[in-house]
Amino acid sequence: MENFYLFIAITLIIIILVPFYRVLVGPTIFDRLLSVGAIGTKTIVLICVVGVIFGRIELFVDIILTYAVLNFIALVVIARYFQNRESMNE
Amino acid sequence: MSNLINVLSIIMICFGVFMMLIGSIGIVRLPDFFCRIHATTKIDTVGILFCLGGFSIHEGITLTSLKLLTAIVFIGLSYPVGSHVLMNVAARHRFGSELITSQKSQKKDVL
Repeated sequence: MENFYLFIAITLIIIILVPFYRVLVGPTIFDRLLSVGAIGTKTIVLICVVGVIFGRIELFVDIILTYAVLNFIALVVIARYFQNRESMNE
Repeated sequence: MSNLINVLSIIMICFGVFMMLIGSIGIVRLPDFFCRIHATTKIDTVGILFCLGGFSIHEGITLTSLKLLTAIVFIGLSYPVGSHVLMNVAARHRFGSELITSQKSQKKDVL
């Protein structure tokens, strides 16, 4: 069971590294913003796996809730900030 | 009984991680922003719900699993809403004038 969670954690790290390509070369700013949101969502599961591996998941659950709220607020606020810009080439 | 719970949680976590892998491939491979947000949002929501549900089953009936259920409900509501806001802003940027004129003509048709 321990080995299974280690395997899941390594797989999740590889999955998180994939959208960094879109963060680096994304044509518009919305692509980068979408990739950042996806990375944050996958990080929530990674924190949960780390909590199970350490055997103290009751401590990490609060971090998960806080991280989810921060991810949502960051996505909405930055999208609203870019709403009234005129030119958005980069 | 304990064996059954372990197998069920392992199956749910593996399914969720597989779905997240598909979403990550879609965010790199698809050609347009709207295609990318269409693929990533739906598949990532399913993946994270299945992953956290698997952890909640693994934990049993405790306060921790209740908190995990709260996280499931919040993420299942908030991630599609955030992506919808992002898509709305992007669509206004891309086809701004066409969108406004089409909305006005639709209102005239209704009234």
